[in-house]
Amino acid sequence: MQLLGLYNYFVFATLLMVGLYCVLARTNIIKSLIGLSIFQSAVFLLYISMDKVDGGTAPIIPSDAPPDIIYANPLPQVLILTAIVVGISTTALGLAVAVRIREAYGTIEEDKIQEMDREQ
Amino acid sequence: MTLYDQLPALLIAVPLFTAPIAYLLRAHGLPWAAATAAVVMTFIISCSIAATVIGGETIVYEMGGWPAPYGIVLHIDALSALLAMLVTGSSAAALIFGAKSLADEVGEEIAPSFFAAWILCTAGLTGMVVTGDAFNIFVFMEISSLSTYILVSAGPDRRALVATYRYIVMGTIGATFYLIGVGFLYMSTGTLNTMDLAARLGDVTELRPVLVAAGFITVGLALKAAIFPLHSWMPNAYTFAPNVVTVFIAAASAKVSLYVMMRIDYAIFYKNIPNHELQLALLLAPMAILALFAGSMLAIYERNLKRLLAYSSVAQVGYIALGIAMSSVAGLTGAIVHMFNHGVIKGGMFMAVACLALRYRSVNIANLAGAGRAMPWTMAAFVIGGLGLIGVPLTPGFISKWYLVLGALEQGGFGAFLVMVILASSLLAVIYVWKVIEVAYFKEPRANAAPIEGEAPLVMLIPTWIVVLTGIWLGINSYVPVTLATLGAETLLGAR
Amino acid sequence: MITIIFSLFLLTMLVLVAVAILRTDNLFTAVMLSGIFSLIMAANFFVLDAADVALTEAVIGAGISTVLFLGALALTAEKDRSPPVGSVVPLISAVALGSVIIYAVMQAPRLGDPKAVVHNHVAPWYLEKTPELIDVPNVVTAVLASFRGYDTLGEVFVVFIACMGVMALLGRVRPRKDSIKLTEYEERSRNLRHHLIPRIVGKMLVPFIVLFGLYVQFHGDFGPGGGFQAGALVAAGVILYSLLEGDWRGRELVPEWFSSLLVAAGAFLYASVGVACMVMGGRFLDYSALDSHDPVHGQHLGILLVELGVGMTVTGVMITIFHAFARRGVR
Repeated sequence: MQLLGLYNYFVFATLLMVGLYCVLARTNIIKSLIGLSIFQSAVFLLYISMDKVDGGTAPIIPSDAPPDIIYANPLPQVLILTAIVVGISTTALGLAVAVRIREAYGTIEEDKIQEMDREQ
Repeated sequence: MTLYDQLPALLIAVPLFTAPIAYLLRAHGLPWAAATAAVVMTFIISCSIAATVIGGETIVYEMGGWPAPYGIVLHIDALSALLAMLVTGSSAAALIFGAKSLADEVGEEIAPSFFAAWILCTAGLTGMVVTGDAFNIFVFMEISSLSTYILVSAGPDRRALVATYRYIVMGTIGATFYLIGVGFLYMSTGTLNTMDLAARLGDVTELRPVLVAAGFITVGLALKAAIFPLHSWMPNAYTFAPNVVTVFIAAASAKVSLYVMMRIDYAIFYKNIPNHELQLALLLAPMAILALFAGSMLAIYERNLKRLLAYSSVAQVGYIALGIAMSSVAGLTGAIVHMFNHGVIKGGMFMAVACLALRYRSVNIANLAGAGRAMPWTMAAFVIGGLGLIGVPLTPGFISKWYLVLGALEQGGFGAFLVMVILASSLLAVIYVWKVIEVAYFKEPRANAAPIEGEAPLVMLIPTWIVVLTGIWLGINSYVPVTLATLGAETLLGAR
Repeated sequence: MITIIFSLFLLTMLVLVAVAILRTDNLFTAVMLSGIFSLIMAANFFVLDAADVALTEAVIGAGISTVLFLGALALTAEKDRSPPVGSVVPLISAVALGSVIIYAVMQAPRLGDPKAVVHNHVAPWYLEKTPELIDVPNVVTAVLASFRGYDTLGEVFVVFIACMGVMALLGRVRPRKDSIKLTEYEERSRNLRHHLIPRIVGKMLVPFIVLFGLYVQFHGDFGPGGGFQAGALVAAGVILYSLLEGDWRGRELVPEWFSSLLVAAGAFLYASVGVACMVMGGRFLDYSALDSHDPVHGQHLGILLVELGVGMTVTGVMITIFHAFARRGVR
């Protein structure tokens, strides 16, 4: 049961591993960027797993709420809203660079690009 | 609230307010003017804040009027003021210096985004320096990184794009590591405010998440600061960025990550994790020593002048990391002073390189034969900067190495080894600086080389020399940086 | 109990999809899978009581991010030609990373533990004080826009920078003629114009998406939602229209000058609200200063304005970025 309560964090660790491996091992730029976004999403899972409270609900307090409702922790949610937007911003910029690299080199495979740069 | 009380917020608000305006200005030269105005303004603000905190006072500014730890506060002490001056000062100097060179390198079409990104890069770095909230550091880190990517990608060569891509990947991994670290800290303490974190960590009994958090934050920031062997993104980013951008990011960008590392490792972990100074030393000292040698060696064998200076930065970052690893007042003072002094030295040298590049259309060292005669003032500036890198007395580099050696001597037997390392690396610096001097002063230009138009224009030469003279002045009278740095080091170690 | 089982199922699916993304060498498949990944992630956030985050992840992660990836694929390549296996250093780094994390989380509090320290320091203060100090039902909105409004201000500038960056890279610099063959591009980016059913059904959805976006914008104080989600939704509506009708029709609907103006105006609005608070005698972003008689009313006004700024910027940014990619192939 103890381990089951930590299942979220194990998934977080696994996703981080998959993401990082995808970024570092793949030479294709788009594939690396997909890996990068998995890597970032894993961190979202870490934070959001912290917000859950047993028997809780989303932190929206209606004006006539009975006082004994348990709410989830709002702070990690706010932080992750921010982080999601950072993630898409980075991805968009990375993709734009990838498109320009394709136009300048004719490929988006890093090993080929390295070869071409070495010849220069 | 008087205007004076609002200064900390204005430090961030002025650039953030100006950036959208600069983005909408489509007329020739106006985006540059808006950026320069905003950045000079922030420089003046940070100088006046530094004048307040040099007495040992700490400014706390509650954003939105919400007290810590519920809201975000700005927390400015001597150390942050010194770094804020470095960031805004180098940004302003590079912009003024680059008025002509940037018009040359950056197309009219992308000028609005380029200069808006420049303003926001300054704001992001300043924001990281003055904030007192661990998550807020991440937000401003992303502001500065994303805008740096834009600045680097504006470089004329197609290799600038590949350099930008590598920088994006490594920068994002570094920032995400930092975010994971902050997540574990939040898990252990329930707070994000740095002061509150430091206070609450003492009560934490289950130390594993905290230890891992310390590791993630330190490694993430080391990646951002390009500490060897995590520097792979940096040489090409410096080399292929527009010359003036290199002046700015070489002077300020890595330093801010080192500052955050110092801040978090000392203000938060040092007092709360048993043996943290040992852990930090075991992680950072080997990296720093390797950086000193590897950076210098790579610089010696490098043929491209910009990349040579970038590798030299890898070595110089090693000095700073070494100072951080010492956990003593002298070592930290050395590290902090060196952050500032190296910013001034490298900024000046990259300015000289930009002048050379304007006339020679190349930064390959072999092509610069005869530069000592064709461009005497530019090369003189470069040589003075080079002496600073070596650490000759009367240059700012001497002051910081002096403190580093003092710090090393406190370490006992191992300290003697560190002193040897510092001296040996300085000798290697002599070699790579000499290599450039030899070509520029003692080699005849090739017969078929195009004649050089002469000295760089005064709009570039005067700012270069202002920076060089500032460096010399700091070498002779280092009252301001040393006072602020000593104060900062004492605060970090809790000696005050 | 059923939520736990459901949550375990979703998390396991996440891992499977991630591994599938890693293994496929068809980039188109990888992108579609990453959209599915985000959707499962969003469902998972919903199970974990994070409604706002779930909405955002669904719109931004599964929707807009997928569209941007597809746009980039049309301009680059379809196949991942990385050498298949044998990379040792990445494997070692990844395994080291994973083991360090697992080492740390063995001492983490279990999921949902009400005694965990995160629930007992700052968080209860927000839940307790929001009705009194800010008086909006959605605590996430209160924290986002007011207590940590400075973070959100930074965030708006992050998307603003991303937009400037994409425009600087793709918007104004013309591509080389031979960089990608027109036939190759067309084959990858055939839009849906000639598919009658998606076109009709899709177009019927567009007004509802935009309407829902506006609802999320102005109802964000009461239910899940706010500027980020609303901006992304409105943009998604416009992007869907452009996908169905062709990019040029989309640009007729929302011209480029207008979306750029939205981007800058939203960021400017947020920063100005902060400065206005200073002019009125408060601290930066202290909305209470906006109304000298009733600070709670000042907070309402401030939150309304900054959320509007966020919404404007995010809408503008997403549309601008999409058009920058879509237009790149058509010369």
